[in-house]
Formats: sequence, C-alpha cells, structure tokens
Amino acid sequence: MTERRIKSRLLWNYLHDPSALAGSLLLVLFITAAVAAPWITPQNPYDLTTLSLEHFLKPPIWMEGGLSPFLLGTDDQGRDILSTIVFGCRTSLIVGFSVVLISGTFGVLIGLMAGYYGRWLDVVTMRLADTVFSFSTTLLAFLLLGIMKHGGIGVVILAICIADWVRYARTMRGSVLEVKEEAFITAARAAGAGDLRIMFRHILPNALTPIFVVVAVDLAVVIMLEATLSFLGVGVPLTEPSLGMMISIGKNYIYAGMWWMIVFPGAALVLLVVGINLFADWLREELNPKIEKTGRFFHL
Amino acid sequence: MLTYITRRFLQGIVVLLAVSMICFFIFQFMGDPVITMAGRYATFQEQEEVRRAFGLDKPIHERYALFIWNAVQGNFGKSYVSRVPALGLILERFPATFELAACAVCIAFGTGLGLGVLVSLKPYALRNRLIMALSLGGISMPTFLTGILLIMIFSVFWQLLPSFGRGETVQVGFWRTGLLTVEGLKHLILPALTLASYQLAVLLRLTRAGMREVLTQEYIKTAWAKGLAPHTVVLKHALRNVMIPVVTITGLQFGELLAFSIVTETIYQWPGMGNLLLTSIYENDQPVIVTYIMLAAAIIITLNMVVDILYALLNPKIRYD
Repeated sequence: MTERRIKSRLLWNYLHDPSALAGSLLLVLFITAAVAAPWITPQNPYDLTTLSLEHFLKPPIWMEGGLSPFLLGTDDQGRDILSTIVFGCRTSLIVGFSVVLISGTFGVLIGLMAGYYGRWLDVVTMRLADTVFSFSTTLLAFLLLGIMKHGGIGVVILAICIADWVRYARTMRGSVLEVKEEAFITAARAAGAGDLRIMFRHILPNALTPIFVVVAVDLAVVIMLEATLSFLGVGVPLTEPSLGMMISIGKNYIYAGMWWMIVFPGAALVLLVVGINLFADWLREELNPKIEKTGRFFHL
Repeated sequence: MLTYITRRFLQGIVVLLAVSMICFFIFQFMGDPVITMAGRYATFQEQEEVRRAFGLDKPIHERYALFIWNAVQGNFGKSYVSRVPALGLILERFPATFELAACAVCIAFGTGLGLGVLVSLKPYALRNRLIMALSLGGISMPTFLTGILLIMIFSVFWQLLPSFGRGETVQVGFWRTGLLTVEGLKHLILPALTLASYQLAVLLRLTRAGMREVLTQEYIKTAWAKGLAPHTVVLKHALRNVMIPVVTITGLQFGELLAFSIVTETIYQWPGMGNLLLTSIYENDQPVIVTYIMLAAAIIITLNMVVDILYALLNPKIRYD
C-alpha cells in the first residue's frame, strides 16, 4: 500500500462518516463564531459603555417581557446572553487550543526524550508523570489556581498545562518505545545518523499517530476544565467572558425560574464539546493501532 | 516483591515531602495571612501580635521544619478563620464526602460496567446505539452543569427532591451518617447521581472498548465452541479480563473523583471536605488548604501503591524487580 492511497482512504472514510462530519462542522461553526465575535454579536458584553442596567434579567425575545435585540435574554448586569456566549466560546477555544499546543509540545518532547534515552531520564520523568497523573488534571489545576488565584487567562492556561502535559508524555513515550525497535531505526543508526536526527527525523513522525487522538480528546477535556474552574471562581477573572462563569451567575437565579441564564450557555458548552468528541471518536477508530496494524506508520 | 513494596513506599514518602515543600513555599508568596486574621483595619501592633501568635515571624526554613515536625504528629496548625485545628476541621467533614463518593462510585460502577457489557454484545442494535449516544453526551457534559440541570429539573421544576445540604443525620460512634434516615437518603440522590454521571459514561465506554477487543480473541471463540452458556462466556471469560484494566484506571483516577466531589459539594452545599476547601480558598485559610492537599496526596499515593501492588499480584505477566 502506498502512502498516497492510505491518505485518500482516510479522507474517503472521513467524508463518509456522518458523525465525524457533524462533529467537525460544529467545531468549525464555533471557531468561526468565536473569531468573528466582535462583528456578529449585537453587543460587546464586556464593554461597559454598551451595557445598560435597565435591561437586566430580560427573558428570551419570544417570551413575555423579551426585548429586541436580546435574542436569548440578558443576565443580571444587562449583558446580552447570546453575545456573552459567543465571547465565552472565544475564551474556551483560546484556552483549549493554547493548552493543547503548549502542553502537547512539551509533553511530546519529554515523552520522546524519555523513551529514546531511557535510564534515569525515563525513570525521573515517568515517576513525575505518574504522580501528576494520579492527582488528575482537574484536581491539580484547581489546587494550583486556588493557591495562585486571580491571575487572568494566562495563569489559567499555565496551571492547566502544568497538570496536563503528562497525557502527551506518557502516550508519546509508549509510542516511541515501540517505534525504537523497528528495523529502520537500526538502519538509520548504521548509516551514521546522530541521536537528534534519529529522534526528530525518524522516530517523531512515526510515533506521532496516537498523539493526534490525544490532542482531539484533550481539547474537549480542557474546554470542560476551563468552564469548571471558572464556575468554581478560580478560573478566568470576572472581567473576562466565560461559559463557566455565566452558568455560575445563572445558578443564583434558578429558583426564580430564570432558566435561560443556564440553559443557553450550557447548551453551547455541551455542543462544542460534543462536536470535538464526535471527531475524536472517529479519529480513534480510524487510527487505533490495535485494530488497524498495517497502516500504522503512514496514517496522516 | 518485598523490595518492590519497600521502594514504592520510599518513593511515596519522597513525593509527599515534595508536595509539602511545594505548597509550603508557594504560600510564602501568596498574600499575607496576617491581614486575613487580624482584620483589614488592625493596627500595626495588632498585626505583629497575630504574626507572633501563629509563628509567622520566624525564618522560612525554621517554619518549614516546624511544619513537617508537627505534620508528622498530625498537627497541621489551626485554621486562620475558625481558630480550631485544621485536621480536625477536615476530618469532621470526611464522613459526608466519603458517603457521597462511595455511593457515586457504586452507581457508576454498577451501571457503567453493566451497560458497557450490554452494548458490546450487539454494538449495532438501535437501543445500544442510543446508549452510546447518551454516553457521548455524558462525557461531554461537565459535572457542574449536570448538577445544576438536575436541580433545575428535580428541585425547581418538579419539586421532588431536595437540593441543599445533607438532611437529617445520625451520629454512630465518631461517624455522622446520613444513610440511616429517609431525609438523608433523599438528600443523597441528586448529588450522588451528579458525581456518578461523568464516571459512569467513562466506565461504560472503557468497558465497551475492552469487551469489543476481548470478544474477538481466540479463547473466547474456544469458549463458545465448547458450548458454554452465554453468561459464562461473557461474564466469566470476557468481562474478567476487561475488569483488571478498568478497575486499575478507576483506582488510579481517584484524584479525579476528589476534584469532582469539590464541584458537586459546592453545588449542593454538601457539608463535606470539598466544600470546606473551596470556602478556605476564598478566605485564604492556608492551614486548611495545606492540610487538605497533604491529606489528598497521602490518600492518592497510598491508593496508587495498593493498586500497583494488587496489579502485580493479580497479573503474573507483570513482575517488578
């Protein structure tokens, strides 16, 4: 099988899988909305000059008391729910992609070195990874932010990264250990390639496949984590839009029957995560090296 | 095996020390607790008095050494806010958290494993596809949202179940339990479901994936060919082999359970350790935060050790030396 044919088969499978398509469509939709947020929303909910307190706690437009242009109603500060959701998704996606990029890069490099060099480097990094892993990303990020608190988006990203790199490092290490035994590595070494060349030119591209699945799953996990942290009040600061914070504010009004402050941001969050998870599920089935052995080194 | 256990034990102590050091030193840079305790309007003299009373005027290495020395004896200092020993404050709330977490784990395990096996037998049946779709929703719904939606449906809309606190509790020895009264049980339903939901979906998917892999193995075909009853093949031959990794992963993810119990307890105002921790974080109550972290670390490390050792004992393929 040539690489080209497998690539096109991957694409063919993708185009013929309704749930993978639906998932990525959702994700693309959210990304587009988040990028275009300032232009498509009727109000910038964090620009105080556009807020008017007299419009607070309005229900969605189709209910009695609803007010144009607040399609999905307003919150207790008079912020338009729809606009805040779009801006909140922006925060979710910024945090999600930043964490995946930063902790992914670090994790992959650490896993690569641990798997390749072995010995004490392997022992130290993997013991550390085990410890971090057993605390779990959620608990560790929560505790870190609980101690540091009130830092802004950068600190949230940093705290999640500190807790999150282990997923990548462990997966990468396992994958490297497998690839390291392949004949072409021995061949490369016999041909006089140095450590760095073998690691980055020969092992890295061939060991990366499982990482793609981790990236997809992790993006969903990180977005949920950011929402959870913001909900608990240790995440992004009050001056930044966040889905978790919206729901936390809405929580105070559920007994008053003001469901729109919870249901709409909640639905947006779940749809975003479901979209990513649908795609991740498909990717896992496609790339699972245990199910599909033959194409392992050529996927993507 | 004995060397392995000893080594793991020593490693555990090293990790605990590291954790204690990290949180002790981070707190040195995070706000001055004296202001919390003495009050915002205290005079300089009052502040100094408080500083001396809590030993905050000594040099940092001395305070760390003292902290470790006291910690070994179970003394983590007094809460800055309520002025009682932090460890006692936390342990008092342990039964509430334990009952909630234990119930949630039972629900998640029973339902997750059961449905996972069911789904793996006929993956393409309509009913099972529906279950899988629901489980996708389950892993895509953060715990806090599940909790709030459950409150909205069952407490606000239908007014069936309470959404606040633990209800009536009974003191049995040192343990205050809510499991023996009807009110207590009613209060437990929503929080336990909330805490269980995410883990249930994860377990379901893990079990299904594991079963699908195991069911294609040769020894399962042999078992079918021998004419064994379906439940013997599925439960005894297949599920057993799936259980080991599933249980291991769950055991190793205990930190996740703790984290989600913080979320759940906050939403339902459940008087447990997680709720206390969040309040302490808001109030900058360092001794309580440090005690919680050390306690969580000790439990997690012990649990990891037990899981690893059991795994080594159960699985003859793995030998640590």
